[in-house]
Amino acid sequence: MLLLNHLWIILALPLAGAAINGLFGKRWPQSAVNSVAVGSVVLSFLAAAETVREFFHLAADQIPFIGNYFTWMVGGEATSHAFRVDFALQIDQLTVVMLMVVTFVGMLIHIYSTGYMAHEGGYYRFFCYLNLFMFFMLTLVMAANLIVMFVGWEGVGLCSYLLIGFWFLKKSAADAGKKAFIVTRIGDFGFTVGILLVFATFGSVAFGEIFANVSDKSVDVLTTICLLLFAGAIGKSAQLPLYVWLPDAMEGPTPVSALIHAATMVTAGVYMVARMNPLFSRAPVAMLVVAIVGAVTAFYSATIGLVQTDIKKVLAYSTVSQLGYMFLACGVGAYTAGIFHLMTHAFFKGLLFLAAGSVIHAMGGEQDMMKMGGLRKKIPATYWTMFIGTLAIAGMPGFAGFFSKDAILEAAKDGPHANLILWLLGVAGAGLTSFYMFRLVFLTFFGKPRYDEHKVHVHESPKNMTVPLMVLAFLSIFGGWFAAPKLVGGIDYFDKFLAPVFSAYAPTHVAEVEVRVVDPSLRPYPEPSPAMELVRSLISWPVFVGVLGLLVAWYFYIKRPDIPMKMAQSAHALYLLLLNKYYVDEIYAALIVRPLLWISTNVLWHVVDEGAIDGVVNGTATVARESGSQARKLQSGNTRSYAAWVILGAVGFTVILFVILDVVH
Amino acid sequence: MSAVPISFYLVLSAILFGLGVVAFVFKRNIITIFMSIELMLNAVNLAFVAFARARGELDGLVFVFFVIVVAAAEAAVGLAIVIMLAQNRQSLNVERVNLLKL
Repeated sequence: MLLLNHLWIILALPLAGAAINGLFGKRWPQSAVNSVAVGSVVLSFLAAAETVREFFHLAADQIPFIGNYFTWMVGGEATSHAFRVDFALQIDQLTVVMLMVVTFVGMLIHIYSTGYMAHEGGYYRFFCYLNLFMFFMLTLVMAANLIVMFVGWEGVGLCSYLLIGFWFLKKSAADAGKKAFIVTRIGDFGFTVGILLVFATFGSVAFGEIFANVSDKSVDVLTTICLLLFAGAIGKSAQLPLYVWLPDAMEGPTPVSALIHAATMVTAGVYMVARMNPLFSRAPVAMLVVAIVGAVTAFYSATIGLVQTDIKKVLAYSTVSQLGYMFLACGVGAYTAGIFHLMTHAFFKGLLFLAAGSVIHAMGGEQDMMKMGGLRKKIPATYWTMFIGTLAIAGMPGFAGFFSKDAILEAAKDGPHANLILWLLGVAGAGLTSFYMFRLVFLTFFGKPRYDEHKVHVHESPKNMTVPLMVLAFLSIFGGWFAAPKLVGGIDYFDKFLAPVFSAYAPTHVAEVEVRVVDPSLRPYPEPSPAMELVRSLISWPVFVGVLGLLVAWYFYIKRPDIPMKMAQSAHALYLLLLNKYYVDEIYAALIVRPLLWISTNVLWHVVDEGAIDGVVNGTATVARESGSQARKLQSGNTRSYAAWVILGAVGFTVILFVILDVVH
Repeated sequence: MSAVPISFYLVLSAILFGLGVVAFVFKRNIITIFMSIELMLNAVNLAFVAFARARGELDGLVFVFFVIVVAAAEAAVGLAIVIMLAQNRQSLNVERVNLLKL
């Protein structure tokens, strides 16, 4: 119980690292900055691991374990409806998963960054921000109430902004940072209003108190709350229609894309929806919205990924698409599948981004896949790890992505909230995912080099970059095996582990459904043998479309490399539509950005600001100055004129007393 | 004893005070200005004495003594300033005492 009673240590370590590097890092050598940054995150990981070990010794009724450190805010009378926020952290099964993912992947990416950023300016600044990000992300996942969660939520947004715009001298990077911040702010508005509505409805923002009182609230209020909270998730997790910031966020350094924009921060929305599951489960309309947004995003952004040529952009659209799957899972009530995919995605997408970074590093900064090719032999470690990541994301049997994606699609097809159209979108998206990911691998590593071999000296990345790749590749294979026994008719251990979080406050009718499934004697068919179950799991639509995507990509980009060109020409309009990302950025610019800019410039700036606000301020100053310069003339410095004024005043006063006020009578 | 009406004293006092004011405002010689201040003070003294006599009380007379004492002190300080001024400026014209003017 040593660390369990001091949950704050996990947060404090990266914060201390950020503070030290931020204050002193500028004058220190890189090795010192490295040891502070990596050291603090490694210690944080170890603290988290020890905390989790202690967590497993807790009795079921002690979970969630809450550490309440101080009362942060108190408002109003000390009645039952007083506004009271504690700085409280909690740990339960869901937090355990997030905690391990965040600290472990974060640690690997910190190590990787020491190699990737070695030749960059602002080295200390980068690690200061990265550590600060870890602090806020851990705050987010360990928060025991919505306000503390919101602190983490906004904090990671801030760090995202700072790190996207890390190379702030580059205009596109600075713009991308601003875009990310502003677009997520739109969603955060909904999130904020949602929190206020939660407080208005439940009289508390602490998770335990909210969930305990959820069953007697009306469905309409819960639906509104859920939709508002989900608006925040849409912004943070880059779903339709607020996904536009994520592809641009690739302007940041690649480790940032891996840590923030693939593995952790963008999954905060999924985590939040899963955390608020007692509310969502009671709001069927909100659930349907979540599922639809997720499924449509999963399919939609996969189509954009088909034609992108920037290696990081492909991965960015792929991230948007995979996040869509997670929301689809939450929307059909399969929260564990969503969190499972969140975890495996953190492994394989973190891996893919880091490997892409290694490719970019090897190519001396080139990101265009059309200028790569044939790198397989030159950077074998990167190639193999990236290939494993691709197999995982494509859902090839045995790899991590297979288990989690299968769980999602199965829930969409057979779960309590099954929906055939959403399932079809998911399966189609899975096929597209497989295609564009293998396209990426084939374009990058196979075929003939399409760069000038005399100018670009391709070199394998240093050990501190390849080792994290290998660790993540290992996890991309085995990270999903918690669910493996299910293939042969056994238990999904991940599902079983998380079940308490999602069943504790589940609405009663869901529990009934589970009971019905469990009873084997009611099944119309005999109990299948493990071997049959295995065959049935492997011959499924997701696997089939995954393999199909692989074969099509192989045929297009290795066997007949001329076909994509011809297809692009024959279906030119469609190709252009996809290449330009459905012109969504242009549509937003025309519908929202430009009108807003026009109003801001011509009304708010020139009329309201310059006319009204400046007018009032300058007018006040002018009146004071003019009256002062008139009154100044009285102060002539001439003694006798003062005397004259005194006398005039005395006379005037006398006149007032005697004539006007008539004091004599 | 046929009493002189109080209004006579008051009118005389007002005339003396008015003369003092006019002299204070229009004269430039600082010693003259000083004298006009004394004139005003004594005009006020006269009014105090007249009221004290008319009302048969001593309060006004007490005020007169205060005024005389203050006037003496003021004369001591004022004349010292005048001497310093005369030494520094070689002039008694108040128009030239304008260092604090804008």
